[in-house]
Amino acid sequence: MSVVSYSDLLRFTLPEIAVMVAGLLALTLDLTVLRRSATKIRFGVAALIGCVGCLVAMYGLTQAAAQYSLPDGMFVMTPLTRLVQIALLAFTILTVLLSTSTRVIGHIGEYVALILFATVAMLFLVATQNLLLIFVALEFLSLSLYILTGFDKNSRQSAEAALKYFLFGGMSAGFLLFGLSLLYGLSGSIELPRIAAAVSGPVLDPLLLVAIVMVTIGFGFKVAAAPFHLWAPDAYQGAPTVSAGFIASSSKVASFFVFGQVVTLGLASAVGRGAFRGYEPGWVPVLCVIAALSMVVGNFAAIAQTSVRRLLAYSAIGHAGYMLLGLIAHSPRGTSALLYYVITYALAALGAFGLLGALESAGIDRIADLAGLYRRAPGLSLCMLIFLLSLAGIPPLAGFFGKFYIFAAALEAEPHLGLLWLVLLAVAMSAVSLYYYLRVLKQVYVADGAADAGPIHTPLVTRLVLWVLAGLVVLLGCAPGLLLNRIGP
Amino acid sequence: MLAWTIYASFLGALAARLSPSKSLARWVALLAALIGLGIGLATLRHWQPGELLTVAHVAWVPQLGLSYYLAADGISLTLVLLTGIAATAGILFSWNIERRTQEFFALYLVLIGGVYGVFLSFDLFLLFVFYEIAIIPKYFLIAIWGSVPHDATGENAGSQREYAAMKLALYSFAGSALVLAGMVAAWVASGGHSMSFDALTGAHFSTHLQMAMFPLVFVGFGVLAGLWPFHTWAPTGHAAAPTAASMLLAGVVMKLGAYGCLRVAMMLFPAGMDPWGFHVLGFGSWRDVFAMLALIGIVYGASVALVQRDFKFVIGYSSVSHMGFVLLGLMTLTQIGLDGAVLQMFSHGVIAGLLFAVVGRMVYDRTHTRDLNALGPMRLAHAIPFAAVTFILAGMASIGLPGFSGFVAEFQILIGTWQAFTWMIVVAGVGILVGIAFTWRALTKAFFGDPTPGAAEHVLPPITLPEKLGALLLLAATLVVGLYPRILTDLILPSLNSPLFEGLRRGAWR
Repeated sequence: MSVVSYSDLLRFTLPEIAVMVAGLLALTLDLTVLRRSATKIRFGVAALIGCVGCLVAMYGLTQAAAQYSLPDGMFVMTPLTRLVQIALLAFTILTVLLSTSTRVIGHIGEYVALILFATVAMLFLVATQNLLLIFVALEFLSLSLYILTGFDKNSRQSAEAALKYFLFGGMSAGFLLFGLSLLYGLSGSIELPRIAAAVSGPVLDPLLLVAIVMVTIGFGFKVAAAPFHLWAPDAYQGAPTVSAGFIASSSKVASFFVFGQVVTLGLASAVGRGAFRGYEPGWVPVLCVIAALSMVVGNFAAIAQTSVRRLLAYSAIGHAGYMLLGLIAHSPRGTSALLYYVITYALAALGAFGLLGALESAGIDRIADLAGLYRRAPGLSLCMLIFLLSLAGIPPLAGFFGKFYIFAAALEAEPHLGLLWLVLLAVAMSAVSLYYYLRVLKQVYVADGAADAGPIHTPLVTRLVLWVLAGLVVLLGCAPGLLLNRIGP
Repeated sequence: MLAWTIYASFLGALAARLSPSKSLARWVALLAALIGLGIGLATLRHWQPGELLTVAHVAWVPQLGLSYYLAADGISLTLVLLTGIAATAGILFSWNIERRTQEFFALYLVLIGGVYGVFLSFDLFLLFVFYEIAIIPKYFLIAIWGSVPHDATGENAGSQREYAAMKLALYSFAGSALVLAGMVAAWVASGGHSMSFDALTGAHFSTHLQMAMFPLVFVGFGVLAGLWPFHTWAPTGHAAAPTAASMLLAGVVMKLGAYGCLRVAMMLFPAGMDPWGFHVLGFGSWRDVFAMLALIGIVYGASVALVQRDFKFVIGYSSVSHMGFVLLGLMTLTQIGLDGAVLQMFSHGVIAGLLFAVVGRMVYDRTHTRDLNALGPMRLAHAIPFAAVTFILAGMASIGLPGFSGFVAEFQILIGTWQAFTWMIVVAGVGILVGIAFTWRALTKAFFGDPTPGAAEHVLPPITLPEKLGALLLLAATLVVGLYPRILTDLILPSLNSPLFEGLRRGAWR
C-alpha cells in the first residue's frame, strides 16, 4: 500500500470539504440560532450558505491543477471530471434555490444539508476509480436521496415512495456489491484500469459475465433503466418536487458518469459486440438489451399516464435508454455525446420539475389541471414549452442536438452501421415520445381552463432559476460548441 | 440577402407576438411576408442561370463538421418564391382572425421561417433543423384555430380538431424520424467530417448503403408530400386547419416533403434507384415501387375526392392527387419529368392555396358550412360571385387547362412518364379525367346548385379587400407561369444539370 499524506488529501478534496462544511453549517445554524425565525429567513440563510459553499467549491476546482491523482485510483482528477463536478455543483445551486419556494415541511436546515451531502457524495463518486470508494460514495448518495424522497412527512405517498426507493435500492446495492466483489476476486485489484488489465484474455471468464450482469443491475437501478425502473415512477411522483428534480438531474449525471467509468475502464477487456449479425459476449450486448427495453417501456408507458410527474418519470426511463447508447458506443465521442446528453437532459428535467413545484401551490398535478395555463402563467408556460420540446428532441433546443450526437456516436461504434437496429429503434421511440409531450403542451396552450382560474404567482427566485434553465437549454441547442469544446474529442 | 427571408420571418414572429394590438400584429405579419416575397423577386431579377448562390457559410459545430450553410440554386429559388407568394396570400386571407391574433401570426411566421430555412439550407443537418422547426407551429395552428367538419359540434368539434392536429404532427415526426436515421447514417458513412451537400454528394456511399437509405429517407419526406399510403394526415389535416394554415399546408408544407425527396433522398442516394437485379411482383427497383405508389396516389386521391360531401375534403384529397404527379415526375428520372415535378410543386402550391382560400375563407367563414349539399341551395354564385369566379379559374388551373401553370407542369411530367414508364401514362391520364370530374362536381354543387323553391335569397357579407388582393396575387402567379413558363424553367433546368445532381443523370437523361 502506498502512503498518502494528509495534507495532500486535504488539498485535493478541498471542494468536497467546502460543500460538506456548508452543509454542516446550514444544519447547525438552522437548528440553533434560527430555530424560531420565519420560514422564509431560515430558507434564505440555508440556501445562501449552500450556494456559497458550492461557489467556493467551484472556485477551488477552477484553481486546482489540471490533472492529479492519488494512488490506487482513489482520487483521479482530469479536465473531464472537473467539468462534471462543476456541472454537479451548478445543478446543486439551482436545486437549492428552487427548494426555497417549496412548501416542504419545517425541517429546512436538514433538507438543504441533505442536498449538500448528496452533492459531496456525487463529487467523490465521479472523481474515483476505486471500487471501494465507488461503492461507499454511491451508498452515501443513495442514503441522502432516500431521505430526501421521504421528506414530505405529511404525505403518505412520499413515505411510500421513500420506502420503495429504499427497498429496491438496498437490493440493487447488494447486487452491485456482489458484482464488484467478483471483479476483485477475478483481478485481485480494486482499481479500475488494473482490473481491466488483469481480466483480459482471449476467452471471457464465465464469472466475469456474472460480474457484468450484477454490475449492470446495480447501476441500472441507479440510472432507472428498464427492467430496474420500478421505483422511479413512485419516487418521482411521491417525493417533494425538488427532490424529484434533484434525483432526475444531478444524480443522473453522476450515476451515468460513474457507470461509464466502470464499464469503459474496468471492463475494457470484456467489451463484446451488439451488432445485428456480429454478436460477441461482453457488456455491450447486455447494455444494448437494457437500452432497447428502457426506450420501449419508458416511452410506451408514458403515453398512458395522467399525472405529469409520472409521465416525466417514465420519459426519464426512456431517456436513460438513449443515454445508454452513449455507453454502448464506448468511444471518446460516445463519452462526449453521453455527457452532452445527460447534462442537457438534466437541465430540462430539473426545469420541468422545478416548474411543477411552482405550480403545486395552484393545486396542479394532473395533466388535465394544466388547462389554460398559458393564460394563467404565460412565462411559466413558455418555459414548459421549452423544457418539454427539448426533451422531445425538437430543434433548435439542446435535446435535439443531444439526440443527434448520441445516435451518431452509437452508429459510428460498429463498422458497417452494425448498431443501426438500435438507432432505428431509438429514433422511432423518440417519435413516440413527441405524442405524450404534445399532450401536455396541448393542455397548456390549446385547452381553455376554468374561467375563474386566476393568474399563478411564482416567487422571483423560482422564476429566475427557471429562466436560467430555459435559457441554457436554448443556448446549448443553438450553440452546442460551447459545451462540446470542453467535453468533446 | 436571401437569408433575410428567414430572419425577417422569425423577427416578424417575435414582433407579432409582442405587438400590443391585433391590427398591428396583422400589419407586422404582412410586412414580414412581403419582405420575404420582395427578396425572392429581387433575387430573381439578378439571377444568372445555373448559379449556385452562397448566402451564408460559417462553421456551426466545428467539432462535428456542421456548418450554417445557406445557399440557393434555381430549385431553391423557385420554392422560395412560392413560399413568399403563399405566405403573403395566407396572411391576407386570415385578416379576420380575432382569437389570440398575435399568437396566430407569430406561429404562422415561425412556420414560414422554417420553410424558407429548409429551401435555403445546403447543409443536411441545418435542413433538418429547419424542417423540424416547421412541425410544432403546424400542430398549434390547427389545434387552436382549426375549423371543424360539417357534422361536428361543441366538445366533439374540439376533439376532432385536436385529433387532426395530433395526427399531422405524429405523421410529420414519424417521417422526420426516418430522415434523422438516414441523416445520421449518411454522416457516419461519409466519415463524420461534414454535412454539406457538396461534401455528401461527393462522398460516394456504397451501393448497399444507398439502397438501404434511399427508401428510408424518401418515405420519410414522402409522408409530408402525401405519398400514398402515408397520405392520410393530409385530408384530415387540411380540412381541420384554419384557412391560412391549410393554404400553407397544401401550398408549401407538402412541398417541403417533395423537396426533401428530391434534394436529400434522390440527390444523396442516387444509386438507391438502380435496379435490384431481381423482380418482386413486377417491381425491379425502388424507383418502380415509388412510381407505382405515386400513380396510385394520383388515381386514389382523385377518386376519393369525387365522392366527398365535405367541400374541404374534396380539396384535401385533390392535393394528394396533384402531389402524386410531383412524385411521379421525380421518379421518371428524366430531365423533363424532373423539371415538370419542380414546376408542379410551384403550380400546386399556388392553386391549392387558391382553392383552400375560396373554400375556407370566402365560403366557410360566411356560410359556416362545408357540406356540399347544404351549400347548393344557397346559390353562392349569386351571393358571392367573386368567390364563384375565383373558384372557376382555380378549378381550370387545377385540372390543367392550357394557359395556367398546372398545364405546363403536368404536361412535362406526362412526357417524362411516357419516356420512363410508358404504360403508366394511361393511368395518369385517367387520374386527370377524374380530376376534371371532381372539380366540376364540386363547382356545380357548391356554387350553382338549384335554389330551394320559396327560400329567401341568402345575404352574405361581401368579399373584403384583403381577400380580393390575395386571390389576385395567386391567380396572377399561376397565369404568369402558365403563359410564360420559362420564367421558372430557366431557373430549374440549369440547376438539374449542375454537378450536385450528377448521380441522377444517367442513361435516360434527356
